[in-house]
Amino acid sequence: MQIKVMTNILDQNDQIANEINKRLSEKGIFVVNLLGSPGCGKTSLLEKTIVGLKAELSMAVIEGDLFTAKDAERIERHGVPVVQINTSGGCHLDANMVSSVLNGLDLDHLDLIVIENVGNLVCPAEFNIGEDVKVTVLSITEGEDKPLKYPTIFKLASVIILNKVDLLPYTNFDMQSAITDITNINPDTVLVQASCQTEAGLSEWYTWLKEQVRMKKIRGI
Amino acid sequence: MHEMAIAQGILDIVLKTAVEHNATKVTGIKLLIGEMTRVQPESLTFGFAALSMGSIAEGATIEIKSIPLIGQCNHCNQQFTVERYCFLCPECNSASVSVISGRELAVDYLEVE
Repeated sequence: MQIKVMTNILDQNDQIANEINKRLSEKGIFVVNLLGSPGCGKTSLLEKTIVGLKAELSMAVIEGDLFTAKDAERIERHGVPVVQINTSGGCHLDANMVSSVLNGLDLDHLDLIVIENVGNLVCPAEFNIGEDVKVTVLSITEGEDKPLKYPTIFKLASVIILNKVDLLPYTNFDMQSAITDITNINPDTVLVQASCQTEAGLSEWYTWLKEQVRMKKIRGI
Repeated sequence: MHEMAIAQGILDIVLKTAVEHNATKVTGIKLLIGEMTRVQPESLTFGFAALSMGSIAEGATIEIKSIPLIGQCNHCNQQFTVERYCFLCPECNSASVSVISGRELAVDYLEVE
């Protein structure tokens, strides 16, 4: 006997993700899902963002890693509320994991939550975790071929940060090729060439982020 | 890499549906998997087999229908197969393109006893 089902496999995750987004939107909080390979510079970018914006925005961070609280400890030193999720082997955060830690944050006094996902260019792209936007970081040392190899995580990103541009002279990274591929995959994305060392591009990122936070407060969704 | 999480999602839907219809055994599962999800069928089948052991879905045959990645231009309405993840309209070169298929991850139907 055949039973018609027609159900999306990630429906349950998406439902929880929508509930997270609704809960945070009601508080006017803008939520970023920060994605990228291990070592691409997500935590460094986050540290710079905290220093650059904490005078203007009230921020909190949710850290996702397989093991250790090393990233949460780095964030904590900046005096920003942070909670660490350890997946103990899981390669991505899911909505259930994020939902379970929200009560650890004071949601009544926040403008922005950044969720730093597990370092991985594959799986996190498929799992909504209640964010308003995905931001994907690609570092120069990873190579310009990565967007075509891992298209989904670049297709879904509202901002793509090409990080570590200070290392361009020491690599054969083909910037034009990267820009062409990224533009083909995701014509609407904001592309920022940045360096956490030299601070190149960071003000452009801060400006974009502040504007999103401002608009979220106005529209509430 | 995330095929295990997807396999768990499939198993949850399969067992829930089987119980709702008083089925005693699930013999087949038809999945719709969009090309852009990059799900590896072998990993998915392996993961599902491991997770479903001891359940009424143990041994079920998994059939996967691959859904192609199709875009539609919001400017000229041209539908096209997306090649090499190039989402520019081949007709008018517009960058405003919607993905109309290719991201599916769905259980289509079950075969049960």
